[in-house]
Amino acid sequence: MPTPSAAPVEVEEPVGDTDVRADRPWIVIVWNDPINLMSYVTWVFQKLFGYSKEKATALMLDVHHKGRAVVSSGAREKAELDVFRLHEHGLWATLEHES
Amino acid sequence: MLRRARVKRTRQGTYRLELPPEERQVIGSLLGQLRQLLSSEEVTDDRLRRLFPPAYADDAEADEEYQRLMRDELVASRMAAVEAVERSIDASVLDAEQVTAWMAALNAVRLVLGTMLDLSEDFDLGALGPDDPDVESYVLYSYLSMLLEEMVRASGS
Repeated sequence: MPTPSAAPVEVEEPVGDTDVRADRPWIVIVWNDPINLMSYVTWVFQKLFGYSKEKATALMLDVHHKGRAVVSSGAREKAELDVFRLHEHGLWATLEHES
Repeated sequence: MLRRARVKRTRQGTYRLELPPEERQVIGSLLGQLRQLLSSEEVTDDRLRRLFPPAYADDAEADEEYQRLMRDELVASRMAAVEAVERSIDASVLDAEQVTAWMAALNAVRLVLGTMLDLSEDFDLGALGPDDPDVESYVLYSYLSMLLEEMVRASGS
């Protein structure tokens, strides 16, 4: 318990900065891997996110050629659930705060 | 090589699965091994690495929390897929939900085999000699890839 006479503790991180951080969405990234089939990855994107065949294929090709692609974004809970569903299907997915 | 399709979608939206009994037997045996791996207490077994990838690449603490909360769910989801395939291992017709379970289970086995073989993207089965000690695993991996590819194609994405 803080005593009333104690000097206020310096907060290292400005409050404003924390707020900006919280506003930035979380992004879900799928990484290239040598095992998952291209057709299967496209199918997973369509099934999980309801993407058209064209969009799912474009994302898959980004993963394949660029090594990664952002496949969804949003609040942290939603992004974490998306990562879980991708893991369920065997894809290599991570989430991070958008920079 | 000529061969007939093993998976075909019917007009009713179900899937006709034309697999010879020996192939069903091989799949059943592989799933039994996957079930054993999944139910082992050895959570750090390297063969399972790709079944439980990190969720946070640069935040070990957050990832630990994710693994703590989600790992059991991931195991349960994989087990459910394995069991759904085992229940339909002799079926000649699968519904859409069963095909999805087959795809998830077959891919899980591929991930384990591919990790054990340390596969690279340009792996070529034809370049292997018959005396290669891993030739059986490579053949199984290639077979599962072919079957999964057919299922994806039949589900008409």
